[in-house]
Amino acid sequence: MATKAIVGEKVGMTQVWDDQNRVVPVTVLQVAPCRVVQVKTPERDGYSALQVTFGHKKASKLTKPVAGQFSKAGVEPGPRLVELRLDDVSDYEVGQELKVDVLADGERVDVTAVSKGKGFTGVMKRHGFSGQKASHGAHRIHRMPGAIGSCATPARVFKGQRMAGRMGGERVTTLNLTVVSADAERDLLLVKGAVPGPKGGLVLVRDAVKAEAS
Amino acid sequence: MHRTDLVDDQHKKPSEQIPDFAPGDTVKVHVRVVEGNKARIQVFQGVVIRRQGSGVRETFTVRKLSYGVGVERTFPLHTPIVDEIEVVTRGDVRRAKLFYLRDRVGKAAKVKEKRFR
Repeated sequence: MATKAIVGEKVGMTQVWDDQNRVVPVTVLQVAPCRVVQVKTPERDGYSALQVTFGHKKASKLTKPVAGQFSKAGVEPGPRLVELRLDDVSDYEVGQELKVDVLADGERVDVTAVSKGKGFTGVMKRHGFSGQKASHGAHRIHRMPGAIGSCATPARVFKGQRMAGRMGGERVTTLNLTVVSADAERDLLLVKGAVPGPKGGLVLVRDAVKAEAS
Repeated sequence: MHRTDLVDDQHKKPSEQIPDFAPGDTVKVHVRVVEGNKARIQVFQGVVIRRQGSGVRETFTVRKLSYGVGVERTFPLHTPIVDEIEVVTRGDVRRAKLFYLRDRVGKAAKVKEKRFR
C-alpha cells in the first residue's frame, strides 16, 4: 500500500514546457493543506489510515456527530472528512498538517477520483463493441450489440453479458502518473496526463503502489 | 479567464516578445537548434497561413518554398525554442486560413502586400 497520500481538487488541464522545451500535458490539482483529524491504527480500528480534512467550514453548520469528530481532535472543521489508507501511520499525529511537498517532482503517483457520469450508454461507448454495418441492408441496428446468447440450449442469457447501462460515476484509480511539479507555495500539484473526474472534483493522490523499481 | 491561468501564465511568453502578426504576413522565425551541446539560431522565413488555438496552446503555421518544395512548420506561439518572431511584410488577405496557397504555384501563390493609406 501507499506510504504517503494527499487530497486535492481537480482544477483542469493545460500544458507546460519541460527542460527540453517539449510540451507536457498536465492536470492541475489544487491541494489545500490538510489537517489530520484521526489516526486509524490496526490495533484500534483494524486497519491503518489517516482521516483528514481541508478548507474551512463554519462550526455552527456542522451536525453534532461531525462536530464531535472535530472537537475531539481539536482541529478546525472542514467541509469534508476524507480517509487516506496508508501502510504505516506511526509517523503521523492528530492535528498535523500535510502539504503538497510530501510529494516530490518526478515521483510516480496514483490518482483516485469518481469519474464523470455518462448516463445510460450503449454497448459501443460502454464496452467498446464494434456495432454493425452502416449500410449493406443494415436497418436501424447500427449501434446494437447483435446476438446476446444461443438458442434452445441454454435458453437463457448468461450472467455477466455486457449490455447497455449506466456508465461512469464510479471510483477510478489511474496508476503511475508522473508528478511534474509540486508547488507548496501556491498549493498546486501538476500531474502529467489526465485524471478521472470533473473539474472541481475531489481527488486522492498517493505514491504509486506499482511503480517499477528504478 | 480559466482557473488554470495560475499555471499557464508562467509558461506564456511576455506579450512584448510576441509581435502582432496575422495570417498572410511574412515572418522570420528565429528557431534555437541544439546540435550536440551547441545551440545556434536558424531562421525559418515564410508566410503565416494559420493561427490556431488560444492561451498557452496557441500555434501558428509558416509556409515557405524550399528548392521548389513547399515546407510548412507549425510552432507553438509560446514555445521557448523560438527566440524571436520578426514580421517582414504585412499581407492583404481576406480569410483567416490560407490553405489555398498550397494548391497554387508561382505568381499565383503570392500574397498581396498590405498598403497603408
